[in-house]
Amino acid sequence: MGKGCWLLLVGVILSCKIPGVCLKLRWKRKNEPAPLQPATQQLQLLLQQKQQQQLDQSPPKGAGKWRKKLLTVFVLLGILTSIWLFWHLNQKIILRREHTLANMCDERARMLQDQFNVSMNHVHALAILVSTFHHGKHPSAIDQKTFGEYTERTAFERPLTSGVAYALKVLHSEREQFEKQHGWTIKKMETEDQTLVQDCLTENLDPAPIKDEYAPVIFSQETVSHIVSIDMMSGQQDLENILRARATGKGVLTSPFKLLKSNHLGVVLTFAVYNKDLPPDAIPEQRTEATVGYLGASYDVPSLVEKLLHQLASKQTIVVNVYDTTNASAPISMYGTDITDTGLLHVSSLDFGDPLRKHEMHCRFKQKPPLPWMAINASVGVLVITLLVGHIFHAAICRIAKVENDCREMMELKARAEAADVAKSQFLATVSHEIRTPMNGVLGMLKMLMDTDLDAIQRDYAETAHASGKDLISLINEVLDQAKIESGRLELEDVPFDLRNLLDSILSLSSDKSNDKGIESAVYVSDRVPEVVVGDPGRFRQIITNLVGNSIKFTQDKGHIFVSVHLVDEMKGTSDVGDKVLQQGLNLVQDMSSKTYNTLSGFPVVDRWRSWENFKMLNGKDAKDDPEKIRLLVTVEDTGVGIRLDAQDQIFTPFVQADSSTSRHYGGTGIGLSISKHLVELMHGEIGFVSEPGVGSTFSFTGAFGKGEVSSLDSKWKQYDPVVSEFQGLGALIIDNRSIRAEVTKYHLRRLGISVDITSSLESACTYVSSFFTTSAFAHLAMILIDKDVWNQETVLQLRSLLEQHRKNCKLNVSTNLPKIFLLGTSMSPVERSKLKTSGFVDNVLMKPLRLSVLIACFQEALGGTKGKVRGKKMSTLGSLLREKRILVVDDNKVNRRVAEGALKKYGAIVTCVERGHDALNKLKPPHTFDACFMDLQMPEMDGFEATRQIRSAESEVNEKLASGEASIEMYGNVSHWHIPILAMTADVIQATYEKCLKCGMDDYVSKPFEEEQLYLAVARFFESGL
Amino acid sequence: MDFVNQLQRKFIDYSSSLHREGIVDDQFTQLRKLEDENSPHFVMEVASLFFEDCEKLINNMAIALEQKQGVDFKQIDECIHQLKGSSSSIGAMRVKNACIAFRSFSGAQNREGCLRCLQQLSHEYSLLKNKLQTLFRVSVASRCLYVCLVIFCRENEPAEPFPDVLVFQLEKQIVAAGGSIPRVH
Repeated sequence: MGKGCWLLLVGVILSCKIPGVCLKLRWKRKNEPAPLQPATQQLQLLLQQKQQQQLDQSPPKGAGKWRKKLLTVFVLLGILTSIWLFWHLNQKIILRREHTLANMCDERARMLQDQFNVSMNHVHALAILVSTFHHGKHPSAIDQKTFGEYTERTAFERPLTSGVAYALKVLHSEREQFEKQHGWTIKKMETEDQTLVQDCLTENLDPAPIKDEYAPVIFSQETVSHIVSIDMMSGQQDLENILRARATGKGVLTSPFKLLKSNHLGVVLTFAVYNKDLPPDAIPEQRTEATVGYLGASYDVPSLVEKLLHQLASKQTIVVNVYDTTNASAPISMYGTDITDTGLLHVSSLDFGDPLRKHEMHCRFKQKPPLPWMAINASVGVLVITLLVGHIFHAAICRIAKVENDCREMMELKARAEAADVAKSQFLATVSHEIRTPMNGVLGMLKMLMDTDLDAIQRDYAETAHASGKDLISLINEVLDQAKIESGRLELEDVPFDLRNLLDSILSLSSDKSNDKGIESAVYVSDRVPEVVVGDPGRFRQIITNLVGNSIKFTQDKGHIFVSVHLVDEMKGTSDVGDKVLQQGLNLVQDMSSKTYNTLSGFPVVDRWRSWENFKMLNGKDAKDDPEKIRLLVTVEDTGVGIRLDAQDQIFTPFVQADSSTSRHYGGTGIGLSISKHLVELMHGEIGFVSEPGVGSTFSFTGAFGKGEVSSLDSKWKQYDPVVSEFQGLGALIIDNRSIRAEVTKYHLRRLGISVDITSSLESACTYVSSFFTTSAFAHLAMILIDKDVWNQETVLQLRSLLEQHRKNCKLNVSTNLPKIFLLGTSMSPVERSKLKTSGFVDNVLMKPLRLSVLIACFQEALGGTKGKVRGKKMSTLGSLLREKRILVVDDNKVNRRVAEGALKKYGAIVTCVERGHDALNKLKPPHTFDACFMDLQMPEMDGFEATRQIRSAESEVNEKLASGEASIEMYGNVSHWHIPILAMTADVIQATYEKCLKCGMDDYVSKPFEEEQLYLAVARFFESGL
Repeated sequence: MDFVNQLQRKFIDYSSSLHREGIVDDQFTQLRKLEDENSPHFVMEVASLFFEDCEKLINNMAIALEQKQGVDFKQIDECIHQLKGSSSSIGAMRVKNACIAFRSFSGAQNREGCLRCLQQLSHEYSLLKNKLQTLFRVSVASRCLYVCLVIFCRENEPAEPFPDVLVFQLEKQIVAAGGSIPRVH
């Protein structure tokens, strides 16, 4: 287990060492140059490095590496700590163990020694006793019996001795006498070598051989009585002992040997007994001389030690061995079992009082040391904690690195997205510019064409082409704006516009297609809808164009497309619907059984009321009712293929078409309806539809608009104004078998102020005409409009003759008062039309869809006289607007300046030119006589924005003075409020520039180079009122 | 009259060829419309202003681009802006287009591209100058001839060199007498 741990540690260290070394090297390398630079320079260097790194696109990697290195260092430190901890704790444990062992061992040794010494002292005392009472007294006071008794009784004082005996020194000369005296012979020991085990039966022993002297035992303790009469000098060990004892006068010890009889390992302590007191410095010869006997005591070492150990606690824990180490190379074991190596060993020396003999006590623990669990646990704990923390940090670092990586990627993507965004807007700007340029050519040429001598039809064509071109440009702008819808940045304009004209132009744009397909298209606006509404005409047009475009696309060469506009309020109460077109929509459901339907073209249509039945606005859920706002309901009805029921749910989802084959059959991207929906929502409206496959679809939407003042518009209407007044009060008869279609025609005629009567057939028309001949109403009847469906040459001839007759009857002037006859047709070739015209059946043919400009042109031509009036009116208007006006032109480019001057002068203006913004400031300081200022935007020193700002601030200063009465009006040219119209001249007419112009106080802008119409529109705002 | 007609046709052809080749655009036509008796030489006057301006600017840019130590692109940008404005004012389309291309290079601070564009620009400029001068010559010649002829026919004015004011006066008289003056476009 322990080895395994170590291996693991070593493995970990090795695996960490290599990166660690690298780490150190890099540390050094990185740190080396740093101290060379001062702090600021270092900072700059760091910044540069940072930038450089950013260029290299790998800044966080360095940081991540540092963190990893730190982590590695941390883990290494942790591992080293745990190793050190293990070693330290283990060392401590071992030390404590050694200490314990040493303490125990020394204690035991000391005790043994003490007890041994005590016993020795007693033996010494016994020797003195013998000397005193045996040799000092005559006759001796001690005999065997006394000695035995006494020693037995004092044995408690010598617990370590197994027995004591006294041997007398007997010379050979005295042997005989001695033997006689005691009645036994001196015996010798069985073998000289006492280390061998001896049997000890005195009777069996041989008498001692003749020697110089003998030491036969005369007294002995009971325990060793068997040695009485044995010559101690016959044993090798005892002999040496005796000789040494009497020479030194101290107690001496034998080396351990088996004791007689008991066979225990033991040592014998011998004291010499002298007959007189010897001085401590007596020489050995003197001592030998004085020796009379020897007292010996045998120590039974094993039992001795055993006894001792018994007295001590914890004897179980250690093993004790006692050795005689007099001969160092071959120690003799005195106590103890065989040695098992348990690691630790403590040796304590024993001093038993014999300087020649050396004894040692060896102590060992019984058990091998247990594993140092505490150290292992602690170090493993530290290691585990380190690794865990390391793991956590590693995970965190990885996470940080990942996040940083992601962040960098995001930054990169963001940068790319931003770049793409910039590129996109640049692209759009360029493209719009590039498209505008050729379109300007087209429009300019058309404009020029329109300035030439054209008849009304040609003029209409040219105007339509011009209008289409303009629509194309505005459509391009719309496409550019489309992205704005998605990003929610689209804002609706609030400008007054003529709804009816707008619808006319939409229809005329799509009339080519619908006429090609033979579809009849018509527009109807309820009387209750005001002439001018305030809203976003572009967006409104976009929605309707889209819906109408869809209708044309999905309607196949039959039927009609009908656009109608009503007020939402008209729908609210179905019971009292005043509008006839609406009524017919209602009646439709009831008339289903009749063969032809009462619709525009006679084909069945879906119930349009169902298309708006879910609108909140209609159901009154939308409570807020702003009196300033009007809500329009626009319906686009067609007789197309309809939308499959299962596809109706997702018709407003972008890029989804009803059928995957739709785009193949009909083309388109499928985004139109979704855009329309967004736009309608921006107009606070709702969009809905009802569709039946095979019958057709009706789309309806509502929108909130403001009420506009008629005068706020300087539209086409103005251009026609004198013409329109010409038609005022005329009467017309419409002959049409479909009442709804007649209603539409009536609507258009009413716009011109013509009063209308309707009949459903030519026959009834004849009766109508004849019945009215006499009335004054007939005098006003200027035109008869006949629909193609009821056209019948003979009846028309009849009608004509009827009229001729009437004229003759009344003897009226030939040139006047005869009602003109017009034919209303949907799809007729020019040849057909001219044939009809030349044959004299009709005065002119009107092509549907009807629109105001066509009607006016046709009527003018037919009713005669006023042709050509329209032309050039605008020119003169612009001329009259600008005539004698003092205008300041500010432009740094002299070519531009000259051109602007020339253009304005052409319209009769008095032009002053300045070159710089400062000059303009001086010129326009009130009071001045200028009526307007055209300002270039980009100029050196002071640009147009700044110049305008300063002019405005100067003006407001003056105005304040005037208001507070500080300055009299006379001082400032009798003008109570100074505000000179400033118009920006700019080449890029984008919305942002326009907004910036307005922000700094400009009134409007004109595109550079001047475009006549735009110039007119811009200037008209300021000068018209003054006309 | 044939000769005059020819000259006039030549003038119209020439003028429309300018349009076709894209040398001038609608704005040029607009300018021509601005000419009347008060400023009979309006177009020529503006054109000569333009030529003067153009030459100066091209020169400035050429010098700026020659600078060895760092080209002042800001100055070039300003010049180009000026040139673009004036060229679009007189309707010199190709010069204007060259300016637009130039501006993108100067915006990118691309000296090589700028040099190329400058070359292109001066080429377009000299082309325009050439063509316009021819046009003016034809125009003046045709007018003079026409008026001469009218005078010759009517024999009510002495045959003298014709100052332009006089020509216009004559034209006016022609109109008053019920004749028509062929417009140059």
